[in-house]
Amino acid sequence: MRFSKLKETTFSAELECSCVLFGPVMSVVTVQLGQCGNQVGQELFDVLCSDALAGQRKTYSTASCERFFHQTAQGELEARAVLIDMEPKAINSSRTKALRGGRWRYGEDSHFSQKQGSGNNWANGFCIHGPHHKDAVEELVRREVERCDRLAGLMTMMSVAGGTGSGVGTYITQCLRDIYPSSFVLNHLTWPFGTGEVILQNYNSVLTLAHLYQLSDAIVVHENDTVHRICSRLLNIKPIAFTDINRVIAHQLGGVLQPALTPDSNGVYSLNPIGELVSALCCHPEYKLLSVSTIPQMPSSSVPYSSFSWTGLLKHLRQMLISNTKMEEGIDWHVRPPPASGRIRSAAGSSFNTSLANLLVLRGKDVYSAETGSFEDATIYTPWLSPAEAFSAWKSPTPFNKYEKSATLVSNSQALLGPLDDIVRKAWNMFASRAYIHQYDAFGISEENFLDSFTALEQVISSYRELQS
Amino acid sequence: MTQSVVVQVGQCGNQVGCRFWDLALREYASVNKRGLYDEATSSFFRNVDTRKGATCSVGGQIQHLKARAVLVDMEEGVIGQILQGPLRELFDSAQLLTDVSGSGNNWATGHMTYGSVYRELIVDKLRKAAELCDCLQCFFLIHSLGGGTGSGLGTRVLGLLEEEFPGVSRIVTSMYPSAEDDVITSPYNSVLAMRELTEHADCVLPVENQSLIDIVQKIQAVAHGSKPELMVRRDGTVSSGQGGVHEVEKPFDAMNNIVANLLLNMTSSARFEGSLNVDLNEIAMNLVPFPRLHYLVPSLTPLYTLADVNAVPRRLDQMFSDAFSKDNQLIRADPKQSMYLACALMVRGNVHVSDLRRNIERLRPSLPFVSWNQEGWKTGLCSVPPVGHSHSLLALANNTCVKLNFMELKERFIKLYRKKAHLHHFLHVEGMDVGCFTEAASSLNSLIEEYDCLDATKARLTRDPPRLRIAA
Repeated sequence: MRFSKLKETTFSAELECSCVLFGPVMSVVTVQLGQCGNQVGQELFDVLCSDALAGQRKTYSTASCERFFHQTAQGELEARAVLIDMEPKAINSSRTKALRGGRWRYGEDSHFSQKQGSGNNWANGFCIHGPHHKDAVEELVRREVERCDRLAGLMTMMSVAGGTGSGVGTYITQCLRDIYPSSFVLNHLTWPFGTGEVILQNYNSVLTLAHLYQLSDAIVVHENDTVHRICSRLLNIKPIAFTDINRVIAHQLGGVLQPALTPDSNGVYSLNPIGELVSALCCHPEYKLLSVSTIPQMPSSSVPYSSFSWTGLLKHLRQMLISNTKMEEGIDWHVRPPPASGRIRSAAGSSFNTSLANLLVLRGKDVYSAETGSFEDATIYTPWLSPAEAFSAWKSPTPFNKYEKSATLVSNSQALLGPLDDIVRKAWNMFASRAYIHQYDAFGISEENFLDSFTALEQVISSYRELQS
Repeated sequence: MTQSVVVQVGQCGNQVGCRFWDLALREYASVNKRGLYDEATSSFFRNVDTRKGATCSVGGQIQHLKARAVLVDMEEGVIGQILQGPLRELFDSAQLLTDVSGSGNNWATGHMTYGSVYRELIVDKLRKAAELCDCLQCFFLIHSLGGGTGSGLGTRVLGLLEEEFPGVSRIVTSMYPSAEDDVITSPYNSVLAMRELTEHADCVLPVENQSLIDIVQKIQAVAHGSKPELMVRRDGTVSSGQGGVHEVEKPFDAMNNIVANLLLNMTSSARFEGSLNVDLNEIAMNLVPFPRLHYLVPSLTPLYTLADVNAVPRRLDQMFSDAFSKDNQLIRADPKQSMYLACALMVRGNVHVSDLRRNIERLRPSLPFVSWNQEGWKTGLCSVPPVGHSHSLLALANNTCVKLNFMELKERFIKLYRKKAHLHHFLHVEGMDVGCFTEAASSLNSLIEEYDCLDATKARLTRDPPRLRIAA
C-alpha cells in the first residue's frame, strides 16, 4: 500500500497546528518480563517520554503520551506497563530509575515479583511459575488495559536466554492471546551474545521461539551482538554497559512505535500502530521474525552538528538491508540484487538478503521530499508479493529523539536466518549429548517437547531459506 | 529475595564458618551504611528485636543480628572459642550442637554413631533455622573430608538435608586433604564422604589446603616485599580479615578467609544489584550438565589490591587471565590440560559487559571446551565490589581436571585398603561393613570414568550431529 500522492500534497508542515485526532485514542500496554525485559522496558519508556515532551509539538506529544502513558489526576505520567519478574531486584531497580528521572514513573501497584527466580530454566518459567502466577499477572494486565480508552495492542518485552523472560514470557503470551483474542500481540525479544551469556541460552531460545511462533502476531528481535557493535563502532562508547545497549534498543523501537502517519491513517497520526505493523509485515504465518535497523546512529555529542540528506540516508539503509549489514559501517556495497530476469540463485547462496516485506518509518525535516522508490524495487523481494504489497512507508514530520532526520527499517527478511540457524545448531549439538536435559525434565519439559520445538524451528529456517527461490 | 542457611560441621567447617560470618558482617557494614535491615542482609542474617525477643521483618533498623546458621561439632574446642569471641552474639544456643569426645578421625564414628544419636536433634535445629526464613533457597554446608566429624557427620547431615528439605538446594564446600595430610585415615574418610557428595549434593566446591597455603604465601611475598610500588592494601587481599570483628588473626585465618570470600562472591549477585544478576539456583542449573558431575573448581582474582592509588591499576584484562591460572585456583590441577564442561564468571564491581565480552573472546581460543558446549559461559555482573577491591572475579569451572584429584585420592585409598590398615577401627562401628568401602570406591571409580569418557571426546574430531530434516 503506497502512501498516496494525494495525501502528500494536502499534507504540510502545519500539521502540528491544524491536525485533529478523531475518535478514541488507542493505547499500547507493555508487559515487561524478567531482568532484561524490565531493564529494556524502562529505557524504552524513558526515550518515548523524553521524545514526546521535547519542544513545542503538541499534537505529537499528546498522541505519544496517550499511546504509552496514563496521566494521573495530578498530571503525572505513568507508563502503561506491567512489570513481572520472579525475583525482585530488577523490578526495584527499574522503578527507582524511573522515579529518579522525574518525568514519568511506573504505576504504584503495576508490578509483580516473587522471591526466587526461574533459575535460567525455561521449563521452570513456563510450567511452574507461569501457571502459578497466571491470575495475579492477568489481573495486573487487565487493570492496565481498562485504563486505556481503547487497546491498540499488547507488547511483551523479554530476553530468550534466561528462565523468566523466556518461560514465563511465553506462558503469559499464551494467556494474553486467550483473554484478548481480537487484540494484536507483539513480542519484543532480545537475543543473547553468540559467544555465550547463559549456558542454557540456546535451549531456552529454541523453546521460546518455537512456542511463540504459534502465539505471536509479530516477533521483533534485537541481538546483543549487533547492538553491542553499534555502541562500539558507531557510538564510540567505552566501556559499554547494559544501559548503553538498552538505550540503543529503546531508540530503535521508539523510532517504530512513536506516532506516525501511515497510508491508512488519513492524514493524522495512526491510531493503530501495532495492527498496521502486523498487516504490513506479517501476512504469512510462517514468517514472523522482524529485524530493526536505524539510520543515522552517532554519539549524542555529534547529533546537533550533523546534517544528512534523505537520499543519502535511504541509499545506505537500502544497502544495509540487501547486504545484511546491521549498521551503517562496514556496508558491503558489492552486494547487488540479482537481475529481475532469470532469477536463478546459485546453490551456494549469495550474500544477498531477500525480503518478504519491509516497513520504513521516516521522521523529521522535509520528510515528504524523501524518495522511497528504491525500496519498491521488485528485485529485493521474493516474487510472491508485488512490491506495492511488500513495502510500506510511514512518515512523521516531527524529528525523533533529537535526530533532525532519522529512518527506521523494520524488515521481514532473511536477516535473522543466520543467527537463528546458529542458535538451533548449538542447541541441537547440546541436545545430541543430552546435557542438561535432566534439569528440564525435572520441571516438566521432556525430550519429546524439545524435539517438537526443534522441528518447528527447522521449518521456520527452511521457510526463510526458500525466500530466495 | 531468598535466604540461605549455613551448616558448619566439624573443626575445619566451624573455623571456616567463623571466618565467613566475620567477613559477611564486614561486607554488609561497608555496603549498608545506614544500618537498615534490608533484603540483602536478611539473606544470611535475621534481625531480632532485643526487647521483645522476636524476629523482625525486613525494613526497619538493624537491632540484633543473628546468623542463619547451624553449628555442629563433636568436640567443644572450636565452637567454644567462637562463643567466647566477638561473634558469640550471632548464635543462639538453639543453633549449636556439640559433644565432647570427637570422632577420632573416623568417618564411621561421625556418620553412623553420632549420625544416629543426634539425628533427631540435628533435624530439629535445621527445621528451626528453616522456619525462621521467609523463603529458604539454599543450604551451604561447610566441612572437611579428611577427618571424622566434618567428613562423617557432615555427610550424614547432607543426607538429612535432602530427606527433610528436598526442595532446598545443597551447595557443599569441601576441604580436600592434600597428599601430605597428617591424618593417616584421611583417604578412607574422604572416599567414604565423596560417595555421599556425589549422591546428595547439588554442587560441590572442592578446596585443597595446599592451594590455600600457596595463595597465602604468594600474598605475603608481595605484601612484605621490598618494592614500594607494590604496597598492598591491608584489607584488600582475598585472605585478609582486616576490618572484621576479630582483632587478632589466628594461624589458619588467612587460609579460611579465602574460602569465606569464595562464598561471599558466589552469593553476591543474588544478594546485591547488578546489570546481570545471577540467582543461586542458576549456578547449579548452568554448571551441572549431568547430575553426578557437579564438582566446580573455584578461582578467585585478584588476590590483592595495591594500596597506592597512583599505581597503575591492575588491568582488568589481567584479572580475567588470572582466573584461568592454576595459581588462583583453590585446587591444584591444570584446567587447560583438561576440558571445560561449563564455566561461570561472576564479576563484582566496576566492570561492564564490554569488558566481559572482550575477555571471553580473548581467552576462549586457549581454553578447551567440550564439543557440545563451545560457548559454555554463564556470566554475572554485580555492581557491589568486595571490601577492599574495586572489582573482583570468581570463576567456577566444571572442568574434568577434578578427576586428577579424585584419581590421587583413589590411589591413596587403595594403598591403605590393600593392606587393610586401620580398617578395623571403621568396621567395629555399628552400621559399617566392608560393603560401605567397596561401594564408596566403586562410586568414585564410576565418577572418574564419567570424566574419562568426556575427556576422550577431546581427542576425537567431532562433527556436528546431522540436523533434523523436515518434509519439504
